[in-house]
Amino acid sequence: MLLEKLSNLPGVSGNEKAVREAIIEQLQGHALEWQTDTLGNLLVRKKGSGSGSRRVMLAAHMDEVGLMVTSIEKSGHLKFRPVGGIDSRVLVSKRVRVGDDRIPGVIGSKAIHLQKPEERLKPFELDQLYIDIGARNKDEAEKHVQIGTYVSFDTACTPFGDGCLRGKAFDDRAGCAVLLELLLEKGGPAFDAAFTVQEEVGLRGARVASYTLQPQYALAVEATAAADTPDTEKERSATMLGSGPAISFMDRSIIVNREIFKGLIEAGEKAKIPFQFRRFTGGGTDAGAIALSREGVKAGVVAVPCRYIHSPCSVLKKSDLQHTVSLVRAWLEATA
Amino acid sequence: MKEEEVKELVMELSFAVGISGSEESATAAASRHLERYVTRVWRDRLGNLIAFKEGDKPGEEPFSLALVAHIDEIGAMVTKIEEGGALRFTGVGGIDPRILPGQPVEVHGRTLLKGVVGAKAPHLLSEKERREASKFEDLFIDIGLTKEQAEKQVRIGDLVSFDAPPLAMTAGKNIAGKSLDDRAGVAALVICAAELAAARHRANIYFVASVQEEVGLRGATTAAYGLVPDLAVAIDVTHGEAPGLTPPDVFELGGGPAIAVGPNFHPALTARLEELARDNRFSIQREADTGVPGTDAWVIQVSREGIPAALLSIPLRYMHTTVEMLSLDDLINTGRLLAAFARSLDRPFVEGLACF
Amino acid sequence: MKKFNEVAINKMETLIKELVEAYGPSGEEAAVRELIEEKIKDSVDRTFTDNLGNLFAIREGAAPLLMFSAHMDEIGVIVTHIDDNGFLRIAPIGGVAPHLLVGQRLSFKNGVTGTVYHEKIKALKELDWPKLYLDIGAAGAAAAREHIRIGDMACLHQPFVNLGGRYMAKAMDDRIGCAVLVEAARRLPGSLPQGVCFVFSVQEEVGLRGATTAAYRLEPDYGFAVDVTLVGDTPEAPLMAVSLGQGPAIKVKDRSVLCHPRVRELMIETAEKHKIPYQLEVLERGGTDAGAIHLSREGVPSGAISIPCRYVHSPSEMVDAGDVAHAVELIEKIIMVSWPLPDSGSGA
Repeated sequence: MLLEKLSNLPGVSGNEKAVREAIIEQLQGHALEWQTDTLGNLLVRKKGSGSGSRRVMLAAHMDEVGLMVTSIEKSGHLKFRPVGGIDSRVLVSKRVRVGDDRIPGVIGSKAIHLQKPEERLKPFELDQLYIDIGARNKDEAEKHVQIGTYVSFDTACTPFGDGCLRGKAFDDRAGCAVLLELLLEKGGPAFDAAFTVQEEVGLRGARVASYTLQPQYALAVEATAAADTPDTEKERSATMLGSGPAISFMDRSIIVNREIFKGLIEAGEKAKIPFQFRRFTGGGTDAGAIALSREGVKAGVVAVPCRYIHSPCSVLKKSDLQHTVSLVRAWLEATA
Repeated sequence: MKEEEVKELVMELSFAVGISGSEESATAAASRHLERYVTRVWRDRLGNLIAFKEGDKPGEEPFSLALVAHIDEIGAMVTKIEEGGALRFTGVGGIDPRILPGQPVEVHGRTLLKGVVGAKAPHLLSEKERREASKFEDLFIDIGLTKEQAEKQVRIGDLVSFDAPPLAMTAGKNIAGKSLDDRAGVAALVICAAELAAARHRANIYFVASVQEEVGLRGATTAAYGLVPDLAVAIDVTHGEAPGLTPPDVFELGGGPAIAVGPNFHPALTARLEELARDNRFSIQREADTGVPGTDAWVIQVSREGIPAALLSIPLRYMHTTVEMLSLDDLINTGRLLAAFARSLDRPFVEGLACF
Repeated sequence: MKKFNEVAINKMETLIKELVEAYGPSGEEAAVRELIEEKIKDSVDRTFTDNLGNLFAIREGAAPLLMFSAHMDEIGVIVTHIDDNGFLRIAPIGGVAPHLLVGQRLSFKNGVTGTVYHEKIKALKELDWPKLYLDIGAAGAAAAREHIRIGDMACLHQPFVNLGGRYMAKAMDDRIGCAVLVEAARRLPGSLPQGVCFVFSVQEEVGLRGATTAAYRLEPDYGFAVDVTLVGDTPEAPLMAVSLGQGPAIKVKDRSVLCHPRVRELMIETAEKHKIPYQLEVLERGGTDAGAIHLSREGVPSGAISIPCRYVHSPSEMVDAGDVAHAVELIEKIIMVSWPLPDSGSGA
C-alpha cells in the first residue's frame, strides 16, 4: 500500500529527500512531467484527458514533524529540539531513527525510581530529554551524528482494528498518497500536483511552489486532527474517524474561498461521497500560503481525519483515505 | 584589511545611528566603505543599501550572489509628552525595558537632544515594586526641558537612540558597544568586499545592507524580490557564551562564525562553506536551527520561486544591550570565509541547486 | 478650524450608516463590496474585483500611481458545530474578545439573528470560546440546520447612532475608512496630477490578506492605508497621544509598518498647508493594510491616515464627525499634491 510505504520513510522538514525520491520512483513510466526547485518541492504536471482550461493545483506536503540534534554531550547523549509543532510530553520512551543512515536511537528519561514524588507529577521538559544512540562517548557519537542531524520517529505503519492504520507522518503522507493516486490513474482531468516541503515550519514550500505554478484554483490535501476520543465534548472533536474527508471552512491561515467550499460540498453530495466539516478553526495549511501568492488564488482544504497527529503514532481509517481520493477527483472533474 | 582597520571600521559602524525605518546615517557610513570596492552603489525604495560588484565571466551566462547583513538597530520612539516635559516612549524592535533605567540616550527631535531614561526613585518603591522588572509604562525620558520647551523640540514619533560609544577592550581583542547586532555583519561585508577587490570571481555580487530587520525582516523581503539573486548568504549575530549559558544556545567567542544548518538553509551552500573553512583553516562552529523566523535568510529563501540561502552568525554576547561584545578574530574570519565562498562559485554549482 | 459643509455631512452620514450596518465578516464581504461599487462607480473611470474579493476603483492618470486602501471586512464569528438542541458553537473571525459578545445580537447573511450566551461559569476569566454558544431560537438541530450550516458566518447586529457629532456603530473599523474614500473620490476634480486607485480590501482582520494580493496586482508607487486607530483619551486608557476630535492621525508606526519618512512628511506638510487639524500616531499594537502594501514586490513607500476610534472591536465603536470630515479633506488634498516619481530602485 502506497501510504504504508510513504509513511515509513523519514522526511522531517528540510530533509524530505527520501519521500521525494520514493514519489519520483512512482511517477516513472507514466506520461507525467516533473521538476524540483531550490527548496526541494516536487512539481508534477498531469496533462489529463479533459478539455480543462483552468489551471488547478493540488498540494500535499512531504515533510513531517521530527527532531534535530543541537549538541552532543561528553557522554555521547544527543540534545535535540523539535522541528515543527510537537508536544514534548509525547517524546519520552519512544524510538527514533537518527540521520540519513537511520541508525536507531531511544529517548530515555530518569527512571521513575530515582524521581522524587513531586517530580513524578510534572511532565518532562525538553531540556531533561536526550536521545541515546548507545555511543560510549562524544567521539563515538560524532562518527554517526553531527549538529543539525535530523531525527524522525520510528513507527512502522501497521493495519489494526476495523480498517484502521497506525503509523507516523500520516500528516501529510496521506495527502501525498491521494495526489499520487490521482496522478497515476489513467484519464481524469489535467492538474498540477505540488508535493511541498517545509509545511510544518511555516508553509514555506507551498508559497514558492504556488508562485512558480501560478494556479487559478488550488486545493491542499491534508491530514487533520480528529478528537473523537473519550473526554472530549462532541462539539470540540473537530473531525471524526470514519465520517469521510473533512472539508475546511477556515483555519488560522485561510478563510476558504466560498466558491471552492461550496464546490467541494456539491461534488460530495452529487457523487454520494461521505464527507464532514472540519469543525475547528485553528492550525495552518499550505492553502493559506497559496491563497496569498501573487495576485491571489482561490484556495481550499480537504483533509483525511487523523487521531494523535504530530505524535510518533497517529491513527486513520482507510475508508476515509479512499473517500478523500473520490472527493478530490469529483471536485477536480467539476473544476478543471 | 588589517586588524587595526577592521577595529576602526566596526567601531565607526557601531557608533553610527540607524534605528529601524530611519537608517540613513548608518547606511551612509557603510556606503563610504563599500563604494571603494564595488562597481556601483544605490539605495532601493525601502532604503536598503545595495553595492554591486560585477563578476569576471568570459563567455558565461551571468549569475548573482547576494550577501546580506542588516544595518538597522533597535531603539525607541516618543509616544507622548507629559505635563512636566518628560517623554513617554515605546521600543522599536525587541528592546528589553530592564536595560533602560539610567541609560543615556539621544532624542532625534528638531535638534539632537541629550537625555536619560528615568524611573520612579528607588526609595519611593514598595517592596513588591522593587522585585518587579521595569516596564515601558513605568519609564520616561528626561531631556531637562519643560513641556512647552519640549513641544518646540520634539514630536510624537521622534526616534530615540542609545548614547553609547563603542569600547575597545584592552584585555584581549574584543569590541563592545551598541548595535553590533548587526553592524558586525555589515563590517563583514566590507571585509569581504576588500578581500575581493583584487580577486577574480565569476559571480555578480550584491552586498546588501538591509533595513528594518529588527521589526520583521522587512528590508530583506523587498531586496530579495527586487534583486532576484541566484543564491544568498545572510550574515547576522548569534549568542556568545557567558556564565550560566550552555550549548546549544551559545557559541564560543573567538571560535569563528557559526554556520547554520536546518530547513532554512540549502544543504549545498552549507556544505560548500564548511569545506572552504576546512581548506582555508578558518575556525567555524555549527548551529542547528530548527526553523525559526530569526534572520534575513528566513524571508530570502521563499522569495519568488525560491532562493537558496545560507547563514553565517558572528558570536555576540549580551545581544540587544548597549554593551554587546564580539571578537575581532571572528569578524575577520567571517569576512574572509565569505570572500572564499564568493570566489568558489561557478555556473554548474548554481545550476545544481535545484537538483535534489 | 474650517467649518464643514452641512449638506455634505448629512449625505455622508447616510453613507456611513449604510456601510456600518451592512453584513461583512472577513471572507464574506460581498454585500459591502456591492454597496461601495454602487456608490463609487460614478466617481471613477473603472472598477473591478480580484480573486480574493478586493474591489479596485481607478482614476486613470499619469505616473506615479497612488493606492489608498480601506478594508471592507469586520470581525465576526463562524459556526463550528450545531448541537442536538439547535444551539450553535462558534469560533472568532479576527480579534474578538469573548466577553464582549455575551448578550449581543449577531446576524447571518440570510438575516437569521441570534444572541450569544455562555455555559455555567464560576468566574469571568473562564469565559472562553468553548463556553460560548449562539442561540438562534431554533427548537432543535433540524430547525437550526434549515437556516444555518457549519461554516456560516455572523457579525454584530447594531444600529448606527449619531450621538450629536459623534457616531457610534459596529464595524466602524473600517467602514468609516471606506466611507471616507468614497466621499474623497466623489469630491475629486476632473483632472488629477497622477493616477489613483481606491482599494476596498478584504480579510484585513485576519492578517492583511486582501491588501497583500491587491498591492501585488496593482504595483502602486505609493501606498496609503485608511483605517481606524486607538485613542488614549478615555478613563485610565493606555498611554497614547491620540484623542477623539483632534483631527485625523498621520501614522508614524504600528506593529505592521514604519511609515516611510518622506510619505509621512508630505502628508504633514499638506495638512499644515491647508490648515487641516491632524495628530501624529504611534500605535503599539495592531496593524493596517500599509503593513502589507509596503512589503509588496520590491517595496512601496507607504503611510497611513487613521480615524481615531474608541472601543475598537466592540459593538459600539465611536468616531468623531469632525475627524471624519477632516480625513476626507486631507485625503483629497493629498491626492492633489503632485507626488514625485519614486527612486527607480534598480539603480540601472
